[in-house]
Amino acid sequence: MKLLRLIPANTDFDFLSLKYFAFLFSVLIIFGTLLSLYFNNLNYGIDFKGGILLELRAKNVQDSDINDLRTQVSTLKAGEISIQGFGKEGDFLIRIQKQEGDQSQQIAMIEKVKTLTENEYTIRRSEFVGPTVGDELKTAGIYAVAVSLLAIMVYIWFRFEWQFSIAAIIALIHDVISTVGLFSFLQLEFNLATIAAILTTAGYSINDTVVIFDRVRENLRRYKSKDHYFIYNKSINETLSRTIITSVTTLIALFIIFFFGGAVLSDFALAMIWGVLIGTFSSIFVAVSILTFFDINKGEKVDDQSSIPEYERDK
Amino acid sequence: MKNSSKIRTLLIFLSIILGVIYAMPNFINFSSNSVSYSFLPGKKINLGLDLKGGSYLLLKADMDTVFEEKLEGLMSDIRYSLRKSKIGYKKLVARNGFVSFEKRGETLNENIKSAILGLDKNLIVEIKNNRFLINFSEINKQEITKATMIQAIEIVRRRIDETGTNEPSIQQQGADRIIVQLPGLDDPSRIKKLLGKTAKLNFQLVHPSISSDDIQKEANAPPGYVILEEDKNPNRLYMVNKRVMVSGEMLKDASPTFDRNNSPSVSFQLSPLGGKKFGRVTGENIGRPFAIVLDNKVVSAPVIQSQIFSTGQITGSFSVQETNDLALVLRSGALPAPMIILEERSVGPGLGSDSISSGKIASIAGLIAVMIFMLMTYGVFGVFANIALFCNIIFILALLSLLQATLTLPGIAGIVLTMGMAVDANVLIFERIKEEFKSGREIFDAIESGFQRAISTIVDANLTTLFAALALFSFGSGPIKGFSVTLMIGIVTSMFTAIIITKYLVLLYSKKRDIKKFIFQE
Repeated sequence: MKLLRLIPANTDFDFLSLKYFAFLFSVLIIFGTLLSLYFNNLNYGIDFKGGILLELRAKNVQDSDINDLRTQVSTLKAGEISIQGFGKEGDFLIRIQKQEGDQSQQIAMIEKVKTLTENEYTIRRSEFVGPTVGDELKTAGIYAVAVSLLAIMVYIWFRFEWQFSIAAIIALIHDVISTVGLFSFLQLEFNLATIAAILTTAGYSINDTVVIFDRVRENLRRYKSKDHYFIYNKSINETLSRTIITSVTTLIALFIIFFFGGAVLSDFALAMIWGVLIGTFSSIFVAVSILTFFDINKGEKVDDQSSIPEYERDK
Repeated sequence: MKNSSKIRTLLIFLSIILGVIYAMPNFINFSSNSVSYSFLPGKKINLGLDLKGGSYLLLKADMDTVFEEKLEGLMSDIRYSLRKSKIGYKKLVARNGFVSFEKRGETLNENIKSAILGLDKNLIVEIKNNRFLINFSEINKQEITKATMIQAIEIVRRRIDETGTNEPSIQQQGADRIIVQLPGLDDPSRIKKLLGKTAKLNFQLVHPSISSDDIQKEANAPPGYVILEEDKNPNRLYMVNKRVMVSGEMLKDASPTFDRNNSPSVSFQLSPLGGKKFGRVTGENIGRPFAIVLDNKVVSAPVIQSQIFSTGQITGSFSVQETNDLALVLRSGALPAPMIILEERSVGPGLGSDSISSGKIASIAGLIAVMIFMLMTYGVFGVFANIALFCNIIFILALLSLLQATLTLPGIAGIVLTMGMAVDANVLIFERIKEEFKSGREIFDAIESGFQRAISTIVDANLTTLFAALALFSFGSGPIKGFSVTLMIGIVTSMFTAIIITKYLVLLYSKKRDIKKFIFQE
């Protein structure tokens, strides 16, 4: 049986020569994110801004019409209302802003929509989040992202040198910002699941980065007479096959969630697909490139011959 | 060496067998009391509300209202205590979060203070130009909150139990919140209505001469009286005596019934003590209207026709459903604090089962796709990785069942994602073995050192991912927590399967066959 090869054996790409292009790319993405945040902001879901969400399914798909539904619901005078198709034909998502007045007004509004649509639709899901909870969830979300980044940074600092932890954390922040940027740019709903996606992406990306760093550390000990540039490139090349294969298996799983996991999970999967792509890019180009700005001590300039493969030993 | 490898084999098979046993119930369709599965020790995985359908409510006890009420109570305690200690006072009021009064006479401030602190040493007493300001301290408030919540949870549970909801879960969260989970209930509007009433029932006398028609909305009530609205008709007002003659606490039972005119009403029965009091009041006030006050609104104010003792009827313009609910909340007792609904999430059974089936499809498709890819990339080693992956899935299911962790839709996504990420450990190992082999080592050496070196990378890489999952777990609620749980379990099991099971298979295989051919089959 012939085996699949995604990456030729013994690659020798000069990744670091692309470092400034990579930086430019990253800066553009981050700048784009900031611009998009400034003009579009984030499309916060009710998890964070509070409000009402209802998922409806038409009892009779042929007769269902989003414009009809829109006209009907707009008679409620509930302020800002958004209605969109969701997943299958005949499925709709209604979002209604937080109502004026106390809790009972919010609950009354859910009842009103239910009575209004009851004849033609079944209610598949109804959610209401009060503004206090929304604010708390927002704080908790920011807190969770910050705490996990910090924990990762400290761990890498202990396991490697401090330079590695700086490089890793910059790459991670780069990933987080880029993912937020995607949500702002495409105006996807930013909700609790998005925070989960961002954190998982961060976990994935750091996994990638650590694997490469691990190799860098090993090679720094091994090739003491070689310069850093050579070592970094060699480390990326040596781990390239693994990086690509793991990305592919993870992407396979994510695309399957995207296509088969149902409408609720598709945005979540999309965020992670983007996150895996960005994370892989940042591990190779951002994290390692940042290392080149530090002067990492290798100790004496003598190779550890015993740990070098035979065919590469100095003759 | 030989013995230890035997023990290892035994342990591996034991863990797989245990995994299969605990994961098994999830694959058998059984009705809850069928015999066929009872030999299995495990339970099915606990499905989240987003998968099995149901309602989630986050309630908050409105403690400010309670503090206000308690302040009124504190005021009468202070009055009593000042009188007992023969301390002169004037202008005793409970207002703006304080009980305050002015001293009259020559009593030393210290003595007054100690009289008040004698009630409760944690009270805060301030003195500003002869005016005493008394307030609850944080300790008092915490104690009040604690006691209120214990009672509130009990009442909430009683009310929900009475509706016959299956397996409701009612838990306190934080200082003043309650999480209510109602599996299988996709429309919680009745529950919300039931919990929306504190259901404080009071019987109070109506002013003998001021009739409802004479009261203006902004009128001042004479001392000892208060103006209350009618429940169904806010424009109709009553001048009601502030003094509560009989309260709902003295209620023994309540049930829906019909009155003489055949309209729905609620009949009640009082406790012996309540009956005695009720008899006395009704006996002394025949011919006067007696207001039935529920949550500070007048339900009705029938004229007392004759002396009544322990049983009576609450009449008003009710529907049958309303009398059912009213009887229910009266039976379950009054909530010590009004409940505010902070968050509500309800999922219908249709969406839940759709989510389960799309989750199943995604899991199976994900598993097959990743397996095919691994087979294509690594050949025989891919088979090992796939066996490890399969074991991994069984371990995840077994651990989820064993820990009775809640599986949510994002949790299923977590499992599928783990499939993609779990093979990473195998990939790291295989790539490393290849490298070691290429660098001139003997095949067994290469396998051994490939595993050795890959393990430190695997641990580093997975621990950092675990940090992210932990952060997610500690902050997340509901579905997100479910996701982080499966992610964490997946990380741990994937490390186990890659390091232990894959290595076992590789070594077993390498003893039997010429493994070189398979590594570099290109």
